[in-house]
Amino acid sequence: MAIDIYDFTGMTSAIHESLSAVLSPAATTIVEMTIIGIVFILFYALVGLFLVYAERKVCAFIQCRLGPRRVGPRGIFQTIADFIKLLMKELLMTKNADKFLFNLAPFIVIIASFMAIGAMPFAKGLHALDFDIGILYVLAVSGIGVIGILLAGWSSNNKYSLIGALRSGAQIVSYELSVGMALMTIIIFAGSMQLSEIVASQANGWWLFKGHIPAIIAFVIFMIASTAETNRGPFDLAEAESELVAGFHTEYSGIKFAFFFLAEYMNMFVVAAFGATVFLGAWMPFHISEMIPYAEYFNMGMDFIPGFIWFFGKTGMLILLMMWFKWTFPRLRIDQLLTLEWKYLLPINLVNIVITAFFVLTGFHF
Amino acid sequence: MKEIIQYFSDVFHAVKSLLTGMRVTGYYFFHHKEIVTQEYPENRATLKMFERFKGEVLMPHTESNEHKCTGCGICEMNCPNGSIEILTTFETVDGKKKKIIDKHIYHLSMCTFCGLCVKTCPSDALAFGNDFEHAVFDRQSLTKVLNKPGSTLNKEVKE
Amino acid sequence: MSDSKIQENLQKEDAYYVNMGPQHPSTHGVLRLRVGLQGEKVIHVEPHCGYIHRGIEKMCEKDTYSQIIHLTDRLDYLSANTNNEAVCLLVENALGIEVPERVKIIRTILDELTRLASHQLWWSVMGMDLGALTTFFYGLRDREKILDIFEESTGGRLLPSFNTPGGFMHDIHPNFVPRTKEFLAYFKKKLPEYNRLLTGNVIFQQRTKGIGILSKEDAIAYGVTGPSGRASGFACDVRKHHPYSAYGMVDFKEILYTEGDSFYRYVARMDEMWESMKIIEQLIDRIEDGPYTAKMKPIIKLPAGEYYQRVETTRGEFGVFVISTGDKTPYRMKFRSPNFANLSALDYMSRGFKIADMVAIMSSLDLVIPDIDR
Repeated sequence: MAIDIYDFTGMTSAIHESLSAVLSPAATTIVEMTIIGIVFILFYALVGLFLVYAERKVCAFIQCRLGPRRVGPRGIFQTIADFIKLLMKELLMTKNADKFLFNLAPFIVIIASFMAIGAMPFAKGLHALDFDIGILYVLAVSGIGVIGILLAGWSSNNKYSLIGALRSGAQIVSYELSVGMALMTIIIFAGSMQLSEIVASQANGWWLFKGHIPAIIAFVIFMIASTAETNRGPFDLAEAESELVAGFHTEYSGIKFAFFFLAEYMNMFVVAAFGATVFLGAWMPFHISEMIPYAEYFNMGMDFIPGFIWFFGKTGMLILLMMWFKWTFPRLRIDQLLTLEWKYLLPINLVNIVITAFFVLTGFHF
Repeated sequence: MKEIIQYFSDVFHAVKSLLTGMRVTGYYFFHHKEIVTQEYPENRATLKMFERFKGEVLMPHTESNEHKCTGCGICEMNCPNGSIEILTTFETVDGKKKKIIDKHIYHLSMCTFCGLCVKTCPSDALAFGNDFEHAVFDRQSLTKVLNKPGSTLNKEVKE
Repeated sequence: MSDSKIQENLQKEDAYYVNMGPQHPSTHGVLRLRVGLQGEKVIHVEPHCGYIHRGIEKMCEKDTYSQIIHLTDRLDYLSANTNNEAVCLLVENALGIEVPERVKIIRTILDELTRLASHQLWWSVMGMDLGALTTFFYGLRDREKILDIFEESTGGRLLPSFNTPGGFMHDIHPNFVPRTKEFLAYFKKKLPEYNRLLTGNVIFQQRTKGIGILSKEDAIAYGVTGPSGRASGFACDVRKHHPYSAYGMVDFKEILYTEGDSFYRYVARMDEMWESMKIIEQLIDRIEDGPYTAKMKPIIKLPAGEYYQRVETTRGEFGVFVISTGDKTPYRMKFRSPNFANLSALDYMSRGFKIADMVAIMSSLDLVIPDIDR
């Protein structure tokens, strides 16, 4: 078992106890919720801005360019400058747009991506919401985002937006299935839907390695399906600029556009973090088998790296992979997108689940 | 059975082709020496255009403020868009009235850089300059007088 | 009206019309396509031209033949040098002037370099239209090297205006030959990379194979020339069938395919890049010292009559037709632009396909809008 030198449980319970000593239980809950909310809003803004910057740098290097370099050292303040610019821009609206829905849509999209972060286990003891159906919760809230996209497309009174929104609807409804099915594999392995338990079950090895081939297949399907679910990479049909200008957010400007933009990047973070949690053991350090000589020293060394660094490192790797997809592949067509899901991913997934169940029954996994 | 093998070989080839593409982009991601960006305003000092680059039409002057333009008007005639206007005056030398150039007006905003003026000039008075930073706020400033004030005709040019 | 016609009209009335252009990220210029959709399916496409009409044919009527050259640059700006050459060849043939062999060879090399540069840009944009944005930068990076060759020798990067009736404006730069050789060596390494990144990609193949099929008969009927026509099996390479300049002296293959879909239009262009490099390699060592222009009178007057000259530009057969009355300016000048004919087949080709396919078909035709509108 790993040594818990970076356990945040003590810190959080200390805060909880000191608050309960002063306040009534109800007030304690409210204060704690407020603190967590503020922390998450700050975290959201920081990660969103950083991811936009990271994507610009990654795509620049892939394309033999330098990327942003002018604002701040190596251009790290570029996104902040962009954000300020977007804040100051005029908010435009098309004639005959459905005003209420048009204004509501960006908030639905951003709230959907915001809610899912709460369930992420960032480090041992740093876990805001630990439901016993954590996986179901994340899937459910990230599915809300599509309503915002559909509303945005419908209310914009723009033909490109409408086509984009309808594409997005078809896409997310299909791929939600594959994401769920891929996660089912790990649920069978771990025997729980609670994220903290799934993480705990990976203390002696990540599911990606422990689960043999079914876990690897599930991981690949999860990556493909979740890239599609976030409307990114080769699956960005909803905003395919070569035919639909900017898809569902064609008519948005200023801060409302920024919301869509930020939500896209945060969805990417949520999906990657979720993948890291389920398949790569969230904050669990990398351990090698005891059979290899000097393995215990290696494992000790790994334990000294704090859990949240492991978590963000894994998430970062998955995000990099998704960016790499996006800047390499051409876009799929809508019918090919659905063919990929219904003819390839879903059947493979179903067979995979049966194999997984067989593995678990026979106790074949590590 | 054949169809099943076909199905899996399709999947395999598809994944393989995608990985080949990712290898190309991955190579560039890690090899930063392949970056070709030139940081333009910062590299002004080292930025050198090719000597023949057609940036603008100039009239080279010698150190003693002499040019070679006789004011014959062939460039004006050859210019397809009327970017060149030549204004001449008369001056009396040794009792003889002689046509000389007063102003060689060049409208940079209308020029298409076809090079006919430079090519057809009988006394090689015109040349292309390498300057390409022509952005201005006022369109009037794109109309230039090529012969410098007080300049005279180079003695070597025969008329 | 026949039943099918009535049916079609009813469909057109019910269609959901979407404008692509004149301001749209995927139309490469100011072409407006009014696309009738049924769901995602394209019912019909109506191209609306004229957003960049400048009246070049009319302008030519007031210009002398050497002044016309710079106007032809602005037709198909990606094969500017080839357009220049068409007018020069017309004047030389009309006057019966034999240009030095050196000029012919250099013209052919410049033509092929233009073709390479244009195909590189087309490859970049084709990938970009299909959503692979990275291709755009790789293509432009390599194209820059050709533009440097042009800039060093001619002074213009995109619009060289280098040809004049009889030869060239001035001699090529001494660095021309080494730089071209250097480029060939460089690009031979990069072209396989293009294939690895895009051609083999399964998504790309599915997006293009079997899309926008144009049969040989239709290609001939619509007058689709260039690589787009040759992918349908229409042997229309002017360089091969009516050789001009130094094309008679070199050995190259006319790329012909019979499939006629977007993918083979793509492959035909990719193969043409290899052929272009082959042509340049055969000629680059044959440039000898000598005059860069034939002796020409300062004022060119074509004898009265009608003249026609065709050349193979990057996108197809480009023709120049002149009626001269013996004056120093043409009485009437008409350009046969390949893109106009290629565009006419777009409606026929994209019917029944998805809107995303229409973008793929359009970029596989490689349209340049100023050439359509003139």
